[in-house]
Amino acid sequence: MFEPFMREPWAVVTLVALAAGMVGYFVALRGAGFAAHALPMAAFPGAAFAALTGVSAYAGLAGFAVLGALVLAWLRARQDAATALVLGGLMALGALFLSLSGAYGNQVEGLLFGQVFAVGRGEVWAALALALGVAALLLGLARPLTLSALAPELFALSGGRTGLMEAVFLLIVALAAALCLPVTGALLAFSLMAGPGAAACLLARRPGVALGLSVALALGIGWGSMAAAYESGWPVGFFVGAFTALVYVAARGLRRG
Amino acid sequence: MSLVGFFDAGSVRLALAVSAAAACVCAPVGVLAVLRGQSFASHALADIAAAGGAAALLLGVSPGVGFLALSLAGAFALAALEGRGRGLATGIVLGGGLGLTALLLFLDQTRAHIGGAAGGVMFGSLFALAPSALVMGGAGALLVLAAFGLAGRGLVFASLSPELARVAGLRVRGLGALYLVLLALSVTLGAMSLGAVLATVLLIGPALAALRLTRRPVRAVLLAGALALAACWGGIALAWASYGWWPGHVWPVSFFITFLVLGEYGAARAGRRARHV
Repeated sequence: MFEPFMREPWAVVTLVALAAGMVGYFVALRGAGFAAHALPMAAFPGAAFAALTGVSAYAGLAGFAVLGALVLAWLRARQDAATALVLGGLMALGALFLSLSGAYGNQVEGLLFGQVFAVGRGEVWAALALALGVAALLLGLARPLTLSALAPELFALSGGRTGLMEAVFLLIVALAAALCLPVTGALLAFSLMAGPGAAACLLARRPGVALGLSVALALGIGWGSMAAAYESGWPVGFFVGAFTALVYVAARGLRRG
Repeated sequence: MSLVGFFDAGSVRLALAVSAAAACVCAPVGVLAVLRGQSFASHALADIAAAGGAAALLLGVSPGVGFLALSLAGAFALAALEGRGRGLATGIVLGGGLGLTALLLFLDQTRAHIGGAAGGVMFGSLFALAPSALVMGGAGALLVLAAFGLAGRGLVFASLSPELARVAGLRVRGLGALYLVLLALSVTLGAMSLGAVLATVLLIGPALAALRLTRRPVRAVLLAGALALAACWGGIALAWASYGWWPGHVWPVSFFITFLVLGEYGAARAGRRARHV
């Protein structure tokens, strides 16, 4: 499991879990589950576009995810029918790019459900850059992100712009979604970006503790899924989805007990 | 655009027939789903149905049977959870279900040696349907026509305003259950045609466009049906014609259908606005 060729996959999973855990805390805090669901779907055609044109996978993913964040900010991140249609259009665009690149059969499963073992050295550096960007933005903006979610009136009174903060947060989630996609796939990125944060917020009240717990849970889920996928040969997305659901249900049980 | 041999190919004729049935089923049910504000519930339902499609392939059954079984179970489960199961908790549990779909699709390919199972279940394989799909499509279309013929007014009324419908003496619970069965049926046929990821597009897109253009329920249902049928048949024709646009690759039919539906919705929005200016 720890052979030299596994070094890059372990590094990428670690970076993904760190970023997803941090974002997850703010997703739970801000009630932004919809963005965590929609933005990975928006990033999906980016990977397919990269396969078609030969640009770096992470460049394509980040480009389309940021585009998706702008569209969502324009639609005000509403969970309505028009947004559902736009997301459908983006997924269909991804299917087209994959077909034209001739990689449809090989890649469609990995991009939807995750495929961590095909990570090269160049991608580790791109992943590191994305993870650092996500972490720096979240830590630098932790106070306004928290205040604008918990007390929007107070935030507005102190001169903050709630709408701008919402758009900035969508951009951060977009970068995290792009980072997660090659590991968890478009459909399961939501699990890793929302589950640990939601579980941590159930278990801890103090913000710093909850943030740390969210990162720790995400790392546990990420590493555990990777090890289980390696040992069983089964897809990593299955374990990410299953472990996240188990962690969340356990957190609810602990809180009630 | 060359359509030489279009209607001679058996797979094309089957695709035209099954997608026509899907359009007949999805459009009227989609109008109800939009009136009930359930576009995203239908999206969640299609995600659940994907596990059924993947499991059916593993068992050697037609994917349509699996789609139907899980979307029926999912529709009633989501209805039971309504109001309580919103937000993160539902999403995280659904994520566990999607993980299961990932595993089933993997087993389809490794144990049952079904190449392209993931693409077929998630993005559809309209040109590779088994003839039995026509039986399911025909039965579904007949059921929807019968339901709307016998109880269409009640279905629309109960969707618009359950309280008023109850006061008027309609059996709202029964109508709600009938709606869930119809919803599961339309998710099934949508997933068979466009795949689980894109089934929602055929369900709600034409309905949204039609409701932009007319407020009268009967007209909206008929218009949505016409728009859905036009998108499906147009998409099939374009996919057939796309052979040769990009050397060696056919463009996916579900891509064309999705973008034709999006175009119809955009045109309906623009048309509505132009009329109001």
